[in-house]
Amino acid sequence: MTNDYSIIGKSIAMIDAAGKTTGSGKYADDLSVPGMLHGKILHSPHPHARIKSIDTSRAERLDGVVAVVTGKDAPNPFGILPVGHDEHALALDKVRYVGDNVACVAAASEAIAEKALELIAVDYELLPAYFDPEESMKAETNLIHDNKPNNLEKDYHHVFGDPDKAFAEADYIAEGRFLANEVTHAAMEPHCTLASFELDPHTGTLGRLTVWSSTQVPYYLQHKLSLVLEMPMSQIRVIKPLVGGGFGGKSEVIPIEIIAGIAARAAQKPVKITYTREEVFWAHRGRPRTIVDLKTAVKNDGSITAVKARVVQDGGAYCSYGVVTILYSGALLGALYDIPNIQYDGYRVLTNKPACGAMRGHGTVNVRFAFESQLDEIAAKLKMDPAEIRRRNLLKPPCITINGLRVQSYGLPECIDQIVTRSRWSERKGKLPRGRGLGIACSHYVSGAANSIIRSDMPHSTVNIKIDRDGGVVIYTGASDIGQGSDTMVAQVAAETLGCALSRVKVVAADTDLTPIDIGSYSSRVTFMNGNATLRAAQEVKKQIAAAAAKKMNCAPEDIVFRNDRLTNDRLTCGDGSVTRPGDAELRGESPTVSGRVEGQILRGSLQQKRKDEGPKDSMTFEEAVVAAIDFHGALSGTGSYAPPSEARGGKYKGAGVGPSPAYSYSAQVAEVSVDEDTGEVTVHKVWAAHDCGRALNPVSVEGQVIGSVWMGMGQALTEEMIWKDGLLMNPGLLEYRSPSSVESPEVEAIIVESIDPEGPFGAKEASEGSLAATIPAIANAIYDAVGIRLHESPFTPDRVLAALRAQRNAKPLNLTEGVDPTAPEKFREHGGELCFKGKGPKRHESDSARQPAQPGGAD
Amino acid sequence: MKRELIELRVNGLTHELAIEPNALLLDVLRRDLGLTGSKRGCDDSSCGACTVLVDGTPMLACTLLAFSCEGPEITTVEGISEHGSLAAIQKAYGDWGGAQCGYCTPGFMITVKHLLTVNPDPTEEEIRAALSGNLCRCTGYTQMYSAIKAAIEAEKKGMAAAK
Repeated sequence: MTNDYSIIGKSIAMIDAAGKTTGSGKYADDLSVPGMLHGKILHSPHPHARIKSIDTSRAERLDGVVAVVTGKDAPNPFGILPVGHDEHALALDKVRYVGDNVACVAAASEAIAEKALELIAVDYELLPAYFDPEESMKAETNLIHDNKPNNLEKDYHHVFGDPDKAFAEADYIAEGRFLANEVTHAAMEPHCTLASFELDPHTGTLGRLTVWSSTQVPYYLQHKLSLVLEMPMSQIRVIKPLVGGGFGGKSEVIPIEIIAGIAARAAQKPVKITYTREEVFWAHRGRPRTIVDLKTAVKNDGSITAVKARVVQDGGAYCSYGVVTILYSGALLGALYDIPNIQYDGYRVLTNKPACGAMRGHGTVNVRFAFESQLDEIAAKLKMDPAEIRRRNLLKPPCITINGLRVQSYGLPECIDQIVTRSRWSERKGKLPRGRGLGIACSHYVSGAANSIIRSDMPHSTVNIKIDRDGGVVIYTGASDIGQGSDTMVAQVAAETLGCALSRVKVVAADTDLTPIDIGSYSSRVTFMNGNATLRAAQEVKKQIAAAAAKKMNCAPEDIVFRNDRLTNDRLTCGDGSVTRPGDAELRGESPTVSGRVEGQILRGSLQQKRKDEGPKDSMTFEEAVVAAIDFHGALSGTGSYAPPSEARGGKYKGAGVGPSPAYSYSAQVAEVSVDEDTGEVTVHKVWAAHDCGRALNPVSVEGQVIGSVWMGMGQALTEEMIWKDGLLMNPGLLEYRSPSSVESPEVEAIIVESIDPEGPFGAKEASEGSLAATIPAIANAIYDAVGIRLHESPFTPDRVLAALRAQRNAKPLNLTEGVDPTAPEKFREHGGELCFKGKGPKRHESDSARQPAQPGGAD
Repeated sequence: MKRELIELRVNGLTHELAIEPNALLLDVLRRDLGLTGSKRGCDDSSCGACTVLVDGTPMLACTLLAFSCEGPEITTVEGISEHGSLAAIQKAYGDWGGAQCGYCTPGFMITVKHLLTVNPDPTEEEIRAALSGNLCRCTGYTQMYSAIKAAIEAEKKGMAAAK
């Protein structure tokens, strides 16, 4: 009975929606505590330099400044991955990118703190810097990290099956280099952390620390704070208020979160630090610039026999999630199509730029762009319909892929069917007038990583539920709602399981003192893992209520149906749902009232209750049942936890830990675009996006996540790009880093496909990331359909489109930016406080206003 | 900088405040009046999260000196719920997924309120144009259009009921 649910599967407003639309909801920067100081951070102006000395004395003397802290105040390294503890909250001896954190001032106001920053004198010794990953890999001296030879953070070389044989026997081999430029999350809320120590009543000195922070991972933050501040985790409380978007940018511990703690300790007062938008760009952790050399072997019937991918990621100055990112790029070559032979060579390279980390679709997006584009090229070569070639390479689940990924539910075939029908693909593909085209692509993503970052057998999620005599259900969950609606998901799952009204459910979330551990909102794990933990906790409570209610109702506990805020004896109704049960009327009308009786009556206790409810009953209200259960058991609470099953944890080879997931989401998309051949401008008119989310617990949220993913993918496809020059970000603002506005955003038709996963909560899987990766190649393929050009470098900006159109006509390329390769300057020196080239420097076009006339005797 | 006295009219109440002459309206609202609904999302007036109504016109509070706002009626997101309950647009944004993380939502609330005041029945194109000064990174805007249409319908029904 798939529709036999009363709460899930129905679109509802998020339970915290009113706080967001009225402005009453509190984000980290909206909080303040008495006596709070404001912190400001001094950043490095150099991409790579040794710190010879820091003089903070003048800043400390400024009126209103309470403390100035530097790296020496907290020298312990940290990093999100246990293998990547290479960061210091404040630089110890070296700075490694423009924007690296050097010192922090805590002062009475932001204005004073900013003034104090100017009084800090730092003496730097400049070092050669590396900006291009392929150049950086050749470095032998002046390494970014001394323990990383050739500036190589990590490389992996995986071979599954026999790719060489498959290539030798292939009917056709496609080969190409793809380049996806760097993008960033640009979540609307700039990072903010407020740290406050309380005085210990026994020692009289600084005791417990409370941190409110815009984070997706409060428990990791608690852990890293403990490492750097050398405090036991039990003395640190991390609270996540409302978070204004993350997309991965807050899925690791950002230096600001630790710096606030260091500054609060030194100042002995609460300190709040909020990044400016420019600082958010420096904090970054976005999707790395990625070079993908891809080779695919196919048979004439379109079946893919082998894939070879060499992936180089420009990881920036620190490890961050890098090791995981480079592994995802290879691992998720599997689990979408049936590919029997895979060779993967991945290189994560350090460069002197802000660290890249996890961003929506972590590690998979740029490789998927390459793969789906190449598959389109193959389809064209084989004169096969691009939708058909995808259908010919489907997996046959349940199965385990060649690289050890277990696939169970698999809605990809239906996703393809849906978009082909809705977009009228067969009638229109290849038949639109020149300049307009359709493109198709598919993608997938994990529903949570099956192996956590910190290796252990600990559950990934635990949820507690407490019900008191008031009939209020309080859920304590570590799930971090960052706007995706996890609090609402948790409330829905619990209300559905307990058969109570949603209005009874209160969610207390993401507070390390109150809520049991959950490893955070990343890798699209929350619905699957925290949802399952919630389900189990609710089932445990339900069992206790059923045991007590069965006595009152004189029936077996398993005969009781919990639904619409009532418990009924299933044997007394027909059991097929056709007979009206008590409470159904309420469901059709307004939501059930919380209490059917006069307020206060319950509190007078169970004796009165008993007298009133003599004899066995056919049904009970939820509240009556709760009272009965508390009388029977003494208290009513339940705990549930979730750990991925061992069968879903992947193979045994080195690097096998990344990629496995208990379930994968699937997406297929068709994009309709037009290309202006005079201006090179690409317009996306509509995207049909079908997403297999297992089961849509809250359809409006699932659609919102799918649309948001497609939209963000479109941003990366057309306009978003971090532009670097000499390690300096050229566009650190929301005007220059162009994400699409409402006038540039296409209609997105989100189509929900439900494959009902056997292990997901009510069959649900991931919905928030999997759709992003398909959008970029779908647009690229649509551009090919429109004007016949293959774009191998994203974003598809007008200059790149025009260059490809000219190449198509064999016209001489218009090289407006000749020689200006922002990623490959030669050498640096300090000159008048600014960076400039030593040596030839970039050549500029004659009409470029930035062109400098040659200076006689100067460093040309 | 030495503080000076100013009278600001915000959401129907007059506040006497001592602020620095160079203080921005956004900081005064958030810091001195505790009206933290208006958000700061950028450094350069590009995101619209701080949009407030100044005498009915949407303005960016991050680029207005508070001292230049003495006199006019300022309305923030805290001032747009009606008779203690959610305004139609606030309810609709919740129901239709117009708000995800919610950080940009206060700015959108003000922008949409203004749009529907000057143009109670906008076309989709007019809606898109009106929203283009506000940036959202979560929703892709699509569900906002559904929300706005639903709010217009709700308003029409409400008006019909009132008549």
